[in-house]
Amino acid sequence: MPLSEEQLERFSRHIILKDVGVEGQEKILRGKVLIVGAGGLGAPAALYLAAAGVGTIGIVDGDVVDRTNLQRQVIHFTPDIGKAKVISAQEKILQINPGVAVQIHQERLFAHNILDIIRRYDFVIDGTDNFPAKFLINDACVLARKAFSHGGILRFDGQTMTYVPGSACYRCVFLQPPPKDAVPTCAQAGVLGAVAGMLGTIQAAEALKYLIGKGRLLTDRLLIFHALTMEFRTVRFQRNPACPVCGAHPTITGLQDYEQGTCDLRKPR
Amino acid sequence: MDSAIKQKIDLHGVTCPMNFVKTKVALASLAAGDLLEVILDEGEAILNVPRSVKEEGHQVVQVESLGEMFRVVIRKG
Repeated sequence: MPLSEEQLERFSRHIILKDVGVEGQEKILRGKVLIVGAGGLGAPAALYLAAAGVGTIGIVDGDVVDRTNLQRQVIHFTPDIGKAKVISAQEKILQINPGVAVQIHQERLFAHNILDIIRRYDFVIDGTDNFPAKFLINDACVLARKAFSHGGILRFDGQTMTYVPGSACYRCVFLQPPPKDAVPTCAQAGVLGAVAGMLGTIQAAEALKYLIGKGRLLTDRLLIFHALTMEFRTVRFQRNPACPVCGAHPTITGLQDYEQGTCDLRKPR
Repeated sequence: MDSAIKQKIDLHGVTCPMNFVKTKVALASLAAGDLLEVILDEGEAILNVPRSVKEEGHQVVQVESLGEMFRVVIRKG
């Protein structure tokens, strides 16, 4: 279907880019991106992907908006306190771009439900805040041959990498989740809100590059930045032949739920 | 030359960047080597659109003044 006049105007700044054009914008419009976690990373990612015209955006989050979220989770507004994050995010996405089909998954991802959810999408953005979820997303995406963007933030630091089938995976770099409580969570250590925005928008840009098929993704590289000195560096790494999930002789051939730090689990409301 | 022109678009009154957007849309529907005729306003439009078209690898084969407008023929690259 040709782009409508409304779409030509809305996406004009994309279309005039040589590497996007009409064809690239049509790919974005057909694209399906899953955002896991409507938090610090997922919020800016969802806003930019909606504005960019991504046709289908899935949001996974089982939490409700809390006052402490508002300092960085920019898709949620003060009147949203107490509202399910997936609903709050869906409302803002549709206000930015009513043309997006928003799929809400008001739940946490576990070994038993993750594969069924991710298979419906082209690209997955990991915007979670805990290691068990990050390893689960990695393992599921490797097993399902699904491209995803890893992202992590703490205090003034951010790190991100992109996986596509055949490239090094998160587990090639970080073999297994750290021991419980070895690494503080954002709730314990704090995070500069803008750092979440910086990282979430990098993840959104990777998703868009993946959809249009242009440029060079952040594969086999880990981008690390420290906002206090505003230094960015890229660490190259290779696929680990002994990686337990993507290596030559994988020991992880199915999914399991990893132990969750007790402080990561919210009390049910 | 006119007989070889595959498509004509009149972008009189269409400002930047929508005139370039519409030109790209028209070019996207053509095959490499096809000719597109575009009517552009003087000023910003005629200064910018042909330059942007060339930057994307197409050829501007003819520019003809029609008073306050220009007739530009582009060969798709």
